[in-house]
Amino acid sequence: MTEPAQPPLLATVGLTKHFSIGSLLSRHQLHAVDDADLTIQRRQIVALAGESGSGKSTIARLLARVYTPTRGEILFEGRSISGLRGRRENLAYRGDVPMVFQDPFSSLNPAFRVSHGILRGLKLHRPELNRDQRRDEAEAVLDSVGLSPAGDILDRYPYELSGGQRQRIGFAQALAYRPKLILADEPVSMLDVSIRVGLLNLMTDLRDKQGVSLLYITHDIASARYVSDRLVVMYAGQIAESGPTEEVLARPKHPYTQLLLSAVPDPRAPLRVTAETDRGEPPRVVDPAPGCRFRFRCPLAVAECAAVTPLPRVLGPDHAVSCHVATADMSPTAAAPVG
Amino acid sequence: MPRAILEVRDLTVDYATSRGDVRAVDRVDLDVHAGEFLGIVGESGCGKSTLLFGIAQLLSPPAGITGGSVMFGGRNMVGMTDKELCSVRWRDYSVVMQSAMNALNPVKTIGAQFSDVMHAHDKLSSQRVRQRSAEVMQLVGIDPVHLRSYPHQLSGGMRQRAMIAMALLFTPDLVIMDEPTSALDVVAQRSLMVQIKELQVQLGFAVVFVTHDMSLVSHFSDQLMVMYAGQVAESGPTRRVFDDPLHPYSQGLLEAFPSIRGPRVHLSGIPGSPPDLASLPSGCLFHPRCPKAMDRCRTTRPELYAVDGVQARCLLHEGAAVTP
Repeated sequence: MTEPAQPPLLATVGLTKHFSIGSLLSRHQLHAVDDADLTIQRRQIVALAGESGSGKSTIARLLARVYTPTRGEILFEGRSISGLRGRRENLAYRGDVPMVFQDPFSSLNPAFRVSHGILRGLKLHRPELNRDQRRDEAEAVLDSVGLSPAGDILDRYPYELSGGQRQRIGFAQALAYRPKLILADEPVSMLDVSIRVGLLNLMTDLRDKQGVSLLYITHDIASARYVSDRLVVMYAGQIAESGPTEEVLARPKHPYTQLLLSAVPDPRAPLRVTAETDRGEPPRVVDPAPGCRFRFRCPLAVAECAAVTPLPRVLGPDHAVSCHVATADMSPTAAAPVG
Repeated sequence: MPRAILEVRDLTVDYATSRGDVRAVDRVDLDVHAGEFLGIVGESGCGKSTLLFGIAQLLSPPAGITGGSVMFGGRNMVGMTDKELCSVRWRDYSVVMQSAMNALNPVKTIGAQFSDVMHAHDKLSSQRVRQRSAEVMQLVGIDPVHLRSYPHQLSGGMRQRAMIAMALLFTPDLVIMDEPTSALDVVAQRSLMVQIKELQVQLGFAVVFVTHDMSLVSHFSDQLMVMYAGQVAESGPTRRVFDDPLHPYSQGLLEAFPSIRGPRVHLSGIPGSPPDLASLPSGCLFHPRCPKAMDRCRTTRPELYAVDGVQARCLLHEGAAVTP
């Protein structure tokens, strides 16, 4: 493993977010994210995968500073972002780490032309540009997200664009800031299958040509594999497994990752009807007791799982798994077709 | 071949808009035999949900059926009065809606909603209603104590199961499902699909299943219909369509799915976006996005050509066609 000389682009240490819910008399803590250690290198696409309610969007919002963490640190280029002071530093961070939202139909203001959002971002984050340069730059970023003719698109309203085009505008807005890391929260889940791939290709293009890193948040493992260098699987607010994408998919060690992989429909796979049906229900993340949160659904659970919360253990090259039972030489059961 | 329980012929649905009528479903034919699983796939706006609503006689203005017939159990349901429909609905066919959170009444318990359904369509004793409600809940794997639960007390997967249980109250011959799994994550989605299939095998009802996710039905449906811009682009046995798609649109859809197995390959998807139904392109509706478009495609509107058990609406297969 090559240890980079400089600190990673972004790292979180024990990142935790709890939400208080309930009334005054019945206070509860919803553990949205617990002790997440996440590292994103330069020019890297990290996919954060998990089911709804697993805390993946909360992580994105913590990184975007929409929420403040309950505990833990976010280190951007080696520096804690809780130490950012003043408008200038905060603005710089937001320009470095912009967000692309899930729903392209509600994330663009319908009353303004496409140029509005991009030009405003440029004015705010890149004050060195004059009016004409801003317009040129806006056309350049539209070109780089594959929208042409850029000059024409800039003057259109969101309703004149298709869902795929709108989501490209979302990426163009983020790109206008010359970002280092784009937080993409389910950017393709609202789009039709036939245009999804185009957006996924755009993400890898941005990494390869513009050198940006991306945090790609998704519930779709297949698309995560298609774009990402690293895969992080979350379950009930905790990171279950993380590692190089191909390594995790070829040798999934956490029982949840194995379950997730076996559930992905694959039209190319030969027809097989599996008898095993997971009837598991979502885990409790409100005031959870210690122990592994997957143990209620886990086929491998042992007594230890109910008592001790598993910590990440390195079980393969750069491959960490939070499971008491998984072992380094566990056979890749989910990767091989069963029966 | 047994007689089809559902025969749809030339079904056409128009939406009345200020710009004139917009054709959302264009002369669709389909047959569903007893115990068969038909998957209908397509992108948003291709008319698949409108087609379902047309079959189930649930369309309301501005949408309306402007042509064709829906023969179900030997009777044409198009033009039936509400009273006639009431005697068929839920007893012989039922519908599972896309979003259980919206389809279930939030201020009534699951059990109360079940009993509403049963009392609306049959004269039954309260005891019989309770007994049957508990039976169907057990069928879908939910503890009958949840009959006393409100929808918000159930998880998303359980709510969808409860919807399916409700659809099975009268053991219908046909269950129509409109993207019942789209609000669920992959694991819950997979388990629900397996369960629908198990119930279907056990109880023998036919399923018409609409989804935008082609890979979802690949292992579950017997027949597959691919829709594009309100028309049937291709239809045939599921495995045939997956193994050897004839229409360039089906080919593109299949190639648009990244796979988690095998080598990582570059995908290109389908360029452009689906047409606006109010201003359709000339000739073949798919030609502006088609990698195989020929000059004729711009001018000639293709029919459905039957090729060896599969039907495809593509001029490439015009020559191979045998008249159906």
